[in-house]
Amino acid sequence: MSDAIVVEGLVKRFGATTALDGVHLTVAEGSVLGLLGPNGAGKTTVVRILTTLLRADAGRVRVAGLDVVEDADAVRASIGLTGQYAAVDEYLTGLENLEMVGRLYRLGKREARARAGELLERFDLTGAADRPAKTYSGGMRRRLDIAASLIARPRILFLDEPTTGLDPRSRLGMWEFIADLADGGTTILLTTQYLEEADRLADRMVVIDRGRVIARGTADDLKAQVGGQRLEFTVTTAAVLPDVLERLRGMAVDEPQVDEQARRLSLPVSGGAEILAEALQRLDGFTPDILDVGLRRPDLDDVFLALTGHAAEETAGDDDRPAQPAATGGMA
Amino acid sequence: MNTLATTLSDSVVITKRNLIKVRRVPDLIVFATLSPIMFVVLFRYVFGGAIGGLPPGISYAEFLLPGIFAQTVVFGSTITGASLADDLQKGLIDRFRSLPMSRSAVLVGRTVADAGLNVISIAVMALTGLVVGWRINSSLGEALAGFLVLLVFAYAISWLMAVVGLLVRTPEVVNNASFIVIFPLTFIANTFVPLETFPSVLRVFAEWNPVSTVTLASRELFGNVPPGTPVPDVWSLQNPVLYTLVWTAVILAVFVPLSVRLYQRTATR
Ligand SMILES: Nc1ncnc2c1ncn2[C@@H]1O[C@H](COP(=O)(O)OP(=O)(O)O)[C@@H](O)[C@H]1O
Ligand SMILES: [Mg+2]
Repeated sequence: MSDAIVVEGLVKRFGATTALDGVHLTVAEGSVLGLLGPNGAGKTTVVRILTTLLRADAGRVRVAGLDVVEDADAVRASIGLTGQYAAVDEYLTGLENLEMVGRLYRLGKREARARAGELLERFDLTGAADRPAKTYSGGMRRRLDIAASLIARPRILFLDEPTTGLDPRSRLGMWEFIADLADGGTTILLTTQYLEEADRLADRMVVIDRGRVIARGTADDLKAQVGGQRLEFTVTTAAVLPDVLERLRGMAVDEPQVDEQARRLSLPVSGGAEILAEALQRLDGFTPDILDVGLRRPDLDDVFLALTGHAAEETAGDDDRPAQPAATGGMA
Repeated sequence: MNTLATTLSDSVVITKRNLIKVRRVPDLIVFATLSPIMFVVLFRYVFGGAIGGLPPGISYAEFLLPGIFAQTVVFGSTITGASLADDLQKGLIDRFRSLPMSRSAVLVGRTVADAGLNVISIAVMALTGLVVGWRINSSLGEALAGFLVLLVFAYAISWLMAVVGLLVRTPEVVNNASFIVIFPLTFIANTFVPLETFPSVLRVFAEWNPVSTVTLASRELFGNVPPGTPVPDVWSLQNPVLYTLVWTAVILAVFVPLSVRLYQRTATR
């Protein structure tokens, strides 16, 4: 499979701020790349350079096989962009917004109208098609914005924080739309601060922080960087912990951790769900003493914390999380 | 499609979009029509009696209307700057710039729509003027030329305001800033009172102020300068049409390319 997007050594400065400091990334045709990073990491700057809105200070970018500086117009013809803030004209109706963008993508009048109708239907906006976008809710504006970027059936779609500011229900809806598009073969570069979102939608991820790539790979690759899965037991009394540990020791792939105060045992393991069954078998006879058992895989929040030394979202409230050592380097 | 054709068709799409907004936002229509009506009526009846030094054989209404036309269309052009700043703030310029459309269409569509708004303003003011005693004392062709010179000059100012809007980026600031500049510019001129009444420094400024010449140009073309009025002794006022068109051409030559360049580099922040 060839690459729909190739970014090499991208550097962008704004005065004294270095927004991008040598970013490399590629997105395979038909795949979804999640560009992850906290606020101010440089995600929007990457998207703006890739969509011809900004010029890089150094580096090369090819989108759909074309240079974004030399062949800007041809690039624009093959991409769709949904920026960080919904760019819809408030005074136009939903239908008028889509028709306008369709015409500017050089669709014929009739085709623009037909496509607009299709997309309004698909994004659940048919009922609001003839109302000015001013009257739309935040979620409806976002959907209209995405619909506008899809009107000319772009091969490559850029979505900059498509669900930021949406309520949970709209977010789920948006995820479905995006997953559908990906299934239909559109190449997507998606930026997000939500690890769950990247985990759910992206085939591969690139994590950036302060303008540098700090990790890349599949969700599993990233999780593996932080450490594998663990079996966790909570028992009724700390007194049984040594015996429990004794029985399970053979399954551990690394040093187990015992927390007497929390009456908890954490055992690094490898394998699938059958591990859980085996563990319970080995603990035959102890079951009355066991309050809770779980097979825990690190999620991307753990990954993020481990890589950057700070949480991905300020709102995540990670104060009670155990401190993890900052990993050095990425898999680049 | 060749560039000219694409620019034209994209500009039509954008102009339509801008005019839809005019239809949906009553404030704009009010600004474009009611306030000029108010100006015509207030000046005609409140100051009309007190303003002296008019050339003999002309009513204040006839003297006043071309001045009000000039002031209104110049103010009308500031909408270009405020609207572009608004589009920039709302991310629409980013959207347009990511599309394979002509690089100047957003600006052409904007300035053309605002010229359209100015046509509406002038039409409303002219009708109001006729009611309060303004008359056109020239041929139809000359009268049309009078309106045209006002609109063409205002159109050039629109491009200047486009640059301001793209640089300033906040519609409110564009409005306030242009008010501070344009208000004196349209008052230190022959718009409302004859230049003979000005103190000397202001008078020199007013004589070379293109707002004066566009006003005088349209006065002459509407036949609102009575025969026998002494010929002014400055070149700008002796050749008001030419002088106004030179300004228009220079403003366009500088600000059209400048605003297109700015547009291509600007992005929502
Ligand atoms: N136009 C600009 N002028 C000055 N600084 C900017 C501009 N755009 C972005 N920055 C800075 O560049 C850095 C990256 O910003 P951005 O790409 O918007 O991050 P993100 O989208 O990941 O939140 C930030 O420090 C931001 O303040
Ligand atoms: Mg951003």
